[in-house]
Amino acid sequence: MTKYKALISLEMHCEISKTKSKVFSGARNAYSTKSNVNVRPLDMAFPGTLPVLNKEALKKALTASIILNCKQPEYIYFERKNYYYPDLPKGYQITQETKPAPVGIYGLMKYECNEEEKSVRINNIHLEEDSASLDHLSDVSLIDYNRSGVPLLELVTEPDFRSSDEAVAFLEEMRRIYQYADISDADSKKGHIRCDVNVSIMDEELDESNPDNWGTKVETKNVNSFNAVKNVIDYEIKRQIELKESGKYDEMMQQTRRWDDLEGKTKFMRSKVDAIDYKYFIEPNIPKFKLSKEWLDEIRNSIPMLPSERIEKYVEEYGLKLYDAKVLVKEKAISDYFESVLSFGIEPKEAVNWITTIVIGSINKLEIPIEEFFITPDILAKIIALVLEDKISKNQAKNALYDAVEQKKNPLDLIAESGMEQIKDEDALMNLVKEVLDEHPKEVEDYVVKGLTNVANFFLGQVMKKSQGKANPAKAMELVKSLLDEKK
Amino acid sequence: MNLMEKSIEELHELLMKKEITSDDLVTESLKKSHEVQDKYNAFVTIMDGSKGIESTSELLSGIPYGLKDNFSTKDVLTTGSSNTLKDYVPFFDATIVEKLKDKGAIFTNKTVLDEFGMGATGTTGHTGSVKNPWDPSRMCAGSSAGSACAVCAGVYPYAIGSDTGDSVRKPAAYCGIVGYKPTYGMISRYGLFPFASSLDTVGVLTRSVKDAAIVVDGIKGIDSKDMTSWDSSKIELFNSIDGNIEGSKLCYIEELCDIKNYPNPNDELVSHLKNFNEVLDKIKGLGIEVEKVSVDKKLIDSIASVYVVISNAEATSNLSNMTGIVFGPRENSEKYIDMIKDYRTKNFSPLIKRRFVIGSYVLQAENKDAYFFNAQRVRRLLVDEWNKLFEKYDGVILPVGSGPAKKLEGSRNFLDENTVALEEHLQVGNFGGFPSITIPDGFVSGLPVGLNITGKCYDDAKVLNIAYAIEDLLGYRGQIAKEVDND
Repeated sequence: MTKYKALISLEMHCEISKTKSKVFSGARNAYSTKSNVNVRPLDMAFPGTLPVLNKEALKKALTASIILNCKQPEYIYFERKNYYYPDLPKGYQITQETKPAPVGIYGLMKYECNEEEKSVRINNIHLEEDSASLDHLSDVSLIDYNRSGVPLLELVTEPDFRSSDEAVAFLEEMRRIYQYADISDADSKKGHIRCDVNVSIMDEELDESNPDNWGTKVETKNVNSFNAVKNVIDYEIKRQIELKESGKYDEMMQQTRRWDDLEGKTKFMRSKVDAIDYKYFIEPNIPKFKLSKEWLDEIRNSIPMLPSERIEKYVEEYGLKLYDAKVLVKEKAISDYFESVLSFGIEPKEAVNWITTIVIGSINKLEIPIEEFFITPDILAKIIALVLEDKISKNQAKNALYDAVEQKKNPLDLIAESGMEQIKDEDALMNLVKEVLDEHPKEVEDYVVKGLTNVANFFLGQVMKKSQGKANPAKAMELVKSLLDEKK
Repeated sequence: MNLMEKSIEELHELLMKKEITSDDLVTESLKKSHEVQDKYNAFVTIMDGSKGIESTSELLSGIPYGLKDNFSTKDVLTTGSSNTLKDYVPFFDATIVEKLKDKGAIFTNKTVLDEFGMGATGTTGHTGSVKNPWDPSRMCAGSSAGSACAVCAGVYPYAIGSDTGDSVRKPAAYCGIVGYKPTYGMISRYGLFPFASSLDTVGVLTRSVKDAAIVVDGIKGIDSKDMTSWDSSKIELFNSIDGNIEGSKLCYIEELCDIKNYPNPNDELVSHLKNFNEVLDKIKGLGIEVEKVSVDKKLIDSIASVYVVISNAEATSNLSNMTGIVFGPRENSEKYIDMIKDYRTKNFSPLIKRRFVIGSYVLQAENKDAYFFNAQRVRRLLVDEWNKLFEKYDGVILPVGSGPAKKLEGSRNFLDENTVALEEHLQVGNFGGFPSITIPDGFVSGLPVGLNITGKCYDDAKVLNIAYAIEDLLGYRGQIAKEVDND
């Protein structure tokens, strides 16, 4: 890509999963594998039902608006976006358009991509309701209204990304922010995140601040994973360059495409000419209301510590290495796990090594989120404490953890069962050592008379054997040597 | 005199004295329902088998009422008078139905309306036209046609209606009864099938102003299910009515009330306006001021089009849930879009389809500013104009319509261009959410005609009190329809 540069913008939809109920109905806002269980009459648009705004959802939307450095509106309004589709029972979606202002406009967000700081302008962020979900079987389609009315945040960026790496780095940062700010689990597997990706290319040497120089915008809708976002962008850049090179670019219409995951291609859906006219108008059932400065301040002050702030804290307060801090903070759940271990009295520098190696390694191997990891922070804290108190060796602890993961058992039980806890009691050890020496007069002579000092290792081996591995090796060696030396 | 021809207060007293029982009332109301149904076709459902209750000290307790068939009733057919919902049995009650149930009120039938409240004739419901008990060759007006018909025919003392343009207040005039639309949001709309949400208001049809106050006292109140409802707990309408309106000021609009503004007026219009002006003179005798004001004719002439644009736009969207997918008789087409199209094409009446087309047209990107946004702007101008009047006056008093009830047949040209504003001015009450009440003010061609008083938002008590005093003066309280022979 030497002759061209890409202008990429994103529309990121993220369900707000952290409210008790849906955005305009009292139904539970929860992921469920069972269909049609979280449904109230409004979610199926029964005649006479009315939307009632969930204040908590609005609060979370405003939280996101503040974090994205957006301007918040003076009044809150909602609008109707009218179109017919079987997943939209009302025949319209309650959403926010840019006029009048949604929960946030004109923000700026910093993020890191390949160790470089980047920024992206946010055009707007708005609060809306999700549609029902459709399941297309061979001869019928099924509608699941669980998702109908789930609060959804749509974030629209300016075309400030130049590569798929930048776009994905931004999405990952946003996912972390939604998790850290207690807005959403932002879990792609639960369908929380969906993106529309806009790509155009232009000649490298032209001025990108002048929109006249921009190429034709191609939108790819409903891209459901970050990996797919990357693929869409790379594919579109390649496709559009090929059109340029073959002289066909100018024929390309502004259009909407979709991503075909199996073929690894974007496919034409409709041109701009066929764009749907959504006939927006202000939702009359939700009266506009003024946002108070007090409430906005309250929201601003209640924003939890965000990823960048946690990294700073881990490095400056806990003295962790920047690399380790980033590894911990990458997933909120892991950072929370780490902080939970600390709450049991473990020093940060101790905890970090166990988490970044054994814990993360194990959950990756098991392919489970850390919340489902059965070695909970309190168990890990106890094991670390055993090591620190010299009750077991570091290696024993590691083995116990690995065995526990393998056998799906509590590592503390494994330690107890195998009697791994060391014999450190001097008298007990002394008796053991004495017994071993008495049983092997020849080897004693080798050491005492012949001066074969490495025979000490033989005695240590015997002590460990006799103690079934429970003896503290360092202590035992000390005793072996001192008793043998006494006999000299 | 039949019991069901009495007022709520009278019935309550008889119930309290145990001279009658709630069962007596229900039985009579059901019997009367069948008579009225046979003659005037006012009901979608008659609740045969309903029983009375042990009445309590609540004024509405034990007394039958009628419910417009666009209010959701649990386990009872609710059609909106539309084929799209001809077999729809809701599983939840509208808030007002719940409230009335709690107070011990009993609905004995569900009344016919113009399909989904869209219409002014009472002729577009899926069960056919509603006839006017004063003259069955005439209409009751709409859309609360069945409710108005039944109240004036003495089926019960009151019926619930809904009012988006004048759907309670116009039928009231045509039927010689009281139609009251409170301030927007005073009564929850939860469970009311929507027509145009920014205009829709629950209203009531009665034979007296006091009964209207009693019913609205019983159903008003803030509702967590309707964000546009507000707390009116400090307002007691019935208790505020004392008939003392000395010092009150009313105004009427010259451009609407002066016969000189109507070229070639027909006899009924002449009599109607003459009667209205005579009534104004009488009212002055009550010790209140009644002044003539002038409002820009252009503004007044825009009322009807502003209403068409806004109400149709909202209706198009509000009724987009009618797809036959979740409820209603589902069509069997291969593609979902054909399924929806077939359902809507087959089941909506032509009038409604026309409104959807208009609504859709005015919201289209290329038309939105010229039609929808301009209509919003003029709506604001009209509301400002009326609010300016309310700075000086307690209410605007105007004649309702251009005469008595229109003929069912041969009245296709009744929307005479010259009288459009006179026919449609009550819509301003919905534009501003103003409290507005129609009461009978006389007879033209032997048929009742009405006047309307509209006041500023939240001033319901004052508006009702003025209406009560005028009702007292004119003497049409408690009026029951008597068939007249005009031919």
